[in-house]
Amino acid sequence: MDIEQWLYSLPLRLRSFFHPKQVDQEMKEELSEHLGQQISENIAKGMSPEEARRSAMRAMGGLAQIEQQCRDARGGSVLQDLAQDLRYGLRQLCRAPGFSALAILCLTLGIGANAAVFSWVEGILFRPYPLVAHQERLFAVAITVQGERIDLLSWPDFLDLRRNCTLCEDSFVSKITSSTLNIGDHAEVTTGSIVSANYFDAIGVHPILGRGFEAGEDVGNDSNPVVVISYRFWRNRFKGDPQIIGKTQRLNNVPHTIIGVAPEGFYGTFVGRAMQLWVPVSMEETFDSGGYKLEDRGARWIESYVRLKPGVGRAQAQQQISAIAARLQKDYPATNRGRSIGLWALWQTPFNHAGELLPTLQVMVAVVAFVLLIACANVGNLLLVRSFVRRHEMSVRLAIGASRGRLLKQLLTEGLILSALGTAGGFLMAYWCRHLLVMLLPVREGDAMYLPGAIDGRVMAMSLGICLVVTLIIGLVPALQTHHLDLAGPLKAESGGVVGVRSKGWIRSGLVIFQVCLSFILLVGAALLLESLQRIRSTSPGFSTTSVAVTGVSVVAAGYDVPRAKTFQNELIDRLVGLPGIESAAFARVTPLGYGAFSSTPIAVDGYQPSPNEQPEVDYNQASPSYFTTLGIPLFSGREFTRSDDENAPPVAIVNRTMVERYWRGQDPIGRRLQVKGRWARVVGVAADSKYESMGETPKPFFYVPLRQDFDREPDLYIRTTQSLPSTLATVLRTVHALDQNLALYETITLQEQVNRAALPQLVAGTLVSTLGGLALLLAAVGLYGVMSYAVAQSTRELGLRMALGADPANLLRLVISRGLRLAAGGVLLGTVAALAVTRLLGQLLYHVSPHDPVVFGLALAVITSTVIFACLLPAWRASRTDPARVLRG
Amino acid sequence: MSKPADLVQGTLDMLILKILALQALNEWSISQRLKQISSDVLGISDGSLYPALQRPRTSRMDSGQWKASERNRRAKFYSLTRLGRKQLEKETANWNRVSAAISGIVQLKEA
Repeated sequence: MDIEQWLYSLPLRLRSFFHPKQVDQEMKEELSEHLGQQISENIAKGMSPEEARRSAMRAMGGLAQIEQQCRDARGGSVLQDLAQDLRYGLRQLCRAPGFSALAILCLTLGIGANAAVFSWVEGILFRPYPLVAHQERLFAVAITVQGERIDLLSWPDFLDLRRNCTLCEDSFVSKITSSTLNIGDHAEVTTGSIVSANYFDAIGVHPILGRGFEAGEDVGNDSNPVVVISYRFWRNRFKGDPQIIGKTQRLNNVPHTIIGVAPEGFYGTFVGRAMQLWVPVSMEETFDSGGYKLEDRGARWIESYVRLKPGVGRAQAQQQISAIAARLQKDYPATNRGRSIGLWALWQTPFNHAGELLPTLQVMVAVVAFVLLIACANVGNLLLVRSFVRRHEMSVRLAIGASRGRLLKQLLTEGLILSALGTAGGFLMAYWCRHLLVMLLPVREGDAMYLPGAIDGRVMAMSLGICLVVTLIIGLVPALQTHHLDLAGPLKAESGGVVGVRSKGWIRSGLVIFQVCLSFILLVGAALLLESLQRIRSTSPGFSTTSVAVTGVSVVAAGYDVPRAKTFQNELIDRLVGLPGIESAAFARVTPLGYGAFSSTPIAVDGYQPSPNEQPEVDYNQASPSYFTTLGIPLFSGREFTRSDDENAPPVAIVNRTMVERYWRGQDPIGRRLQVKGRWARVVGVAADSKYESMGETPKPFFYVPLRQDFDREPDLYIRTTQSLPSTLATVLRTVHALDQNLALYETITLQEQVNRAALPQLVAGTLVSTLGGLALLLAAVGLYGVMSYAVAQSTRELGLRMALGADPANLLRLVISRGLRLAAGGVLLGTVAALAVTRLLGQLLYHVSPHDPVVFGLALAVITSTVIFACLLPAWRASRTDPARVLRG
Repeated sequence: MSKPADLVQGTLDMLILKILALQALNEWSISQRLKQISSDVLGISDGSLYPALQRPRTSRMDSGQWKASERNRRAKFYSLTRLGRKQLEKETANWNRVSAAISGIVQLKEA
């Protein structure tokens, strides 16, 4: 039908939909006019009125059929049928409120879990930056060295990229930095971004007060001390002062003019952190240690993004950017040799926490799909039982002429009502759960981890898609049943069933087996994750965790140079160690298991001949005296560093056990030489192995050099104490402020907290998977309970007969429960096979647990068996109470 | 019964359009006219005509007119729309082509 025709016929269609009665009335009028004409003609031919009428009716055929044909022909009937089915379906659901509530609840849980996880995926992986425009075209930019290591761009590299990338709509810099705020007489640490001047324009965020940065404000050295502050910062620190623009705030001891306030809900562009302030790149030297870098092509510190022009693909842009990088290699071989520039999707951004939750979210997507399937199986089961109850109604409808297609339409409509209500409930659930993931994360001081879910159009579309699929599934399951419906069947007497072997019971049994199978997989997954979590937390990282606190002092921001920092470090340690409750204190540049990266160096060892293509490279840390005592890392031989191991003394090193095995073949290395960064150092001690970067790592060679011989102004501070964390914090803060009021402490945590944070993915995944696994188990139990109850109710006659023939109640109890267990056994068997195949996908989330751990499988089996017995108990009890006399007589 | 089996699919619509092209008629008159013209050969039952009129193809007929019928009752009078006339031309041309071809085949001499 072409458009013109369709438009012509539209009025009639609409009229027949909105005024069906009127259109029907007109039709009846017309038909009766026809009939009247025929009758009067017949009378004119000489028939009697009665005869004339009968003849006319006969010529016409069935009046009702013609009317229906007309309605069908008018075409409005699709909508009309739908409206009718909806009304009828709603009435049906209201008639069985228990069934409806249970079905809708199942679907709400299933669809809600999916919508929530999609909202997390959307909010954390795909659209991580609230209020930022066109994130689907944003890509992170970084350097790849020889195609393997990832490094950052330099500012001159970035400018060249921006100038030459014609496929990029915009490129901007957003480099995370910490800043001390000087407030009154003390200082505090907060987090902000160093950004290019086009930042706010490029991301399409406009300050609610004042302005963003202007072109040129990112040029020069410390030339533009201006700052845009976050909404929260403005509210909390300045009490929402409307006159804030133009006021100054000292940041890292430099007065900055506040030029703008970012809108509420904008948290910057760093996954996992909420930025409090933004300063232009020209202020780099104030915030980023290591001097003025804007003109240094070798200083790699730029975290940057590009937004591609609409319609430009990643591969296409990558080609152009690779060409730009190739030109840079040629033009600046000294700094850029072997360096290419790569594009990363936002969720793969190499320089923030983007990837941290990726494995967890991947697992979650699979898990919620399982939960949804289980929920669907449950509802399908409920509908099957219902359709059995309703088969009389269906037969009658078939008998009076409804087509099977029409019945199918009716069943699908009822499925649609259920899944629509379930989806609505699911949205509510997802809305409430969108912050759940953040709540599971450990609280950090100062700036909170900000990882909300986002319920946007795409999440909605996804959920509606799921709703439609669910409708099809749950609508078609009972339709399968009506397919077998014969007209005579329901009129015959109810035939007594046999527990377990009903002709069509296989669909229901199949669904239960399916549910048990999926629940079993989830249980195994949850148990594996929890076991991993347990092992991570209980495994010793090789240093003491509970009685050691770690923090840092912001001396760089306070403008300390190297000599002043050295004096300060010694003074602080001297003062701290004298205090009650503090046993020892020490500095080291990098905290094990933290975010900082260890130094790494090519080494040479006296007497060790590396194979031709081996260049031994080992990580090391810079530690102060008492580091090993403070962290409780045992020394096997030799001594700790002392104050005399300073810049004037000959270089020394302490190596770990694995390094001794590898490079000295287990012989005592004390007094032997080790070349570090081209300088020879003498080994003075051997320390025990510990965990350095992750709990999952295998023992690796590692060594330590004295902090004084490879100095860093701002190392982490460790305090071994007998006191609680808060009182330690107070003590340290008092001591630091006694030395200098302008200093601030970084976040203070115990080393145990550091270990726990390393187990974050396992914590989140374990909690979520076990919650959903429990949910799945509950749903499966409900499904099994339903099937067993139904089977028992259907076979009272058989049960009565068995009883009359001498079976005692215990026999019947066993009969029903063993039937339930047989179903479960099928599910568990399938589940075991499937679980053996899929638990490997947990991959890096597992810690020292085999994905095929027999204990875990056994545990899951025990849980599922007891759940099955529990679910069968009530139906079995009912079966054992069958009264043979009543049943057989009735 | 709906349509007689020997009435070529779609022909009924064309016949109705043709009749309406001559004169605006109500449903009863259309059925009478059909009978008269075709000398009852087509054997269209009263019952099959009405649904045919109702089909969405009614878009080709203007059905908005209620007038007095021959018996002075309120009756709906159908007339052709512009679209209907176009359709009729098309179907007539089509019919002529097809029927010429068919009669050509039927009149072939057997060898």
